[in-house]
Amino acid sequence: MTSEVFNVYIAVLIATIFGFVLVGSALIGNLILSPRQKSPHKGVTYECGMLPIGRSRAQVHFRYYLFAILFLIFDIEAVFLFPWAVSFVELGEQAFYEMLVFIGILAFGLLYAWKKGVLNWR
Amino acid sequence: MAIILSGEWYDLRDLANPIRELIDALGAPDAVDYVLWSLIAALAILIWLVVSVIAFIWIERRLVALMQNRKGPNRVGPAGLLQPIADAIKLLLKEAITTRDADRILFWLAPIIVFIPTIVVFAVVPFGESMVLADLNVGVLFLIAVAGIMTPAVFIAGWSSNNKYALLAAMRAIAMLISYELIQVLALLAAVLFIGSMNLQAFVSWQDEYNTWLIFILPLPVVAYVIAGAVEINRSPMDLSEAESELAAGYHTEYGGIKFGFFYQAEYMAGFAIAATVTTLFLGGWTLWGLEEWIPGWIIFLGKLYAVFFLYIWSRGTLPRLRIDQLMAFAWKFMLPLMLVNALVIAVEVVVWEETGASRNVALPAIGAVNATLAVILVIGWARVLGHGSGLQRGYRATLTREIGKIYYTGAEVS
Repeated sequence: MTSEVFNVYIAVLIATIFGFVLVGSALIGNLILSPRQKSPHKGVTYECGMLPIGRSRAQVHFRYYLFAILFLIFDIEAVFLFPWAVSFVELGEQAFYEMLVFIGILAFGLLYAWKKGVLNWR
Repeated sequence: MAIILSGEWYDLRDLANPIRELIDALGAPDAVDYVLWSLIAALAILIWLVVSVIAFIWIERRLVALMQNRKGPNRVGPAGLLQPIADAIKLLLKEAITTRDADRILFWLAPIIVFIPTIVVFAVVPFGESMVLADLNVGVLFLIAVAGIMTPAVFIAGWSSNNKYALLAAMRAIAMLISYELIQVLALLAAVLFIGSMNLQAFVSWQDEYNTWLIFILPLPVVAYVIAGAVEINRSPMDLSEAESELAAGYHTEYGGIKFGFFYQAEYMAGFAIAATVTTLFLGGWTLWGLEEWIPGWIIFLGKLYAVFFLYIWSRGTLPRLRIDQLMAFAWKFMLPLMLVNALVIAVEVVVWEETGASRNVALPAIGAVNATLAVILVIGWARVLGHGSGLQRGYRATLTREIGKIYYTGAEVS
């Protein structure tokens, strides 16, 4: 059993290695084939052809944080939901109603966030 | 020889399996046999991906041109067939500039991180009965996990460029990607709930055994998954993170040469991955109601995959781009509650089917009909609740036309 699991993931590893080989060969090919000329003007950040003004590390608007937090909550919900989805028929009634309560709490949370105006893109 | 006698003669057309049989017959240990087989299969997948991407760059450009009454690429080679190859050579020969202020390591790393997962995804996709590189029992979870790697990679690309457009686009891309990842996850959850397994091969064999496709039983999750997939691969109606008119070229503004090529290819390959997932989970995978006995499974699979991918080309050629607030509202206010309700309904249906023990000929059409009606009611009803009813829409359009008409005919300012 363990060797079977190991076997299966070896194939995934091999696919990953192939991906790296493809990327690596393309990058090395590019290094060999492409011309290289040093010029100070070439390395200037693009800003519609003008010299860049100010710092480009802009501040992140807080609405992104709100969406990220909401996403985290629901993604963790999904992590719990998948194992439940595979086996909820065997687990019986109790597991079913427990998950119902779990989803209900999260749905209530979504409703609360909605009422608070978090879901509006401002 | 043994394969031909065993009646699985069509398996000979699968690429790596005859070689595995051959090595097995020579008496090599299992590990050697397995590694060699995986190497050949992974190489086959890689070659297929690269060829498909190159072919589809041409096909997409020609098709979109056809839809928009243009000619499309028609100079390089017959009917422009060599255009994508010329593009690839150009990208390879071009200097990959790293800008002065960029974070060098991350700037080089981002295209690689975007590119690798799109190959790895195909490791779990079953192209045929025995043509799956890694038959994971958590295949669906693997698909979601590996596709999720793209999200941080996009932000790395945007942040390390040290460019305002790139950073703004990356933030926007993250917001979109995470919102629609949720929709994708919940859509796949509905399918997993119904089948009760996360193995992709199990999905295919279930649909083969019950002589139906999951799309007929679960219409709403399929639609949700396809729409969310369009966001995930930045296809045109939802390509807000690279909206040319607002954000230059989006998070890969500073990328050129082969590094841009990686982003470009990864986009197509992620598109194929989405299409492959839809095909396997909802469209019966490599089976076609018995026809897979005579046609190799991978041809059926690829036919379905390209058909699903055509949907994306079609929508790109016809639909206008959405606004970011519309897109986010669609995910959080419309799709998310719908998918939660949908998942609960499917769970209840599975339990009821289990308890009543109805035969499949009764249960499956009944569940399909209930789900289809429910999908229509939910979509229309929820849209009405949110104030997007048809009556309101018509009134709004009428005022708008009237006001534009006022400007046009009298030149009056409209407040």
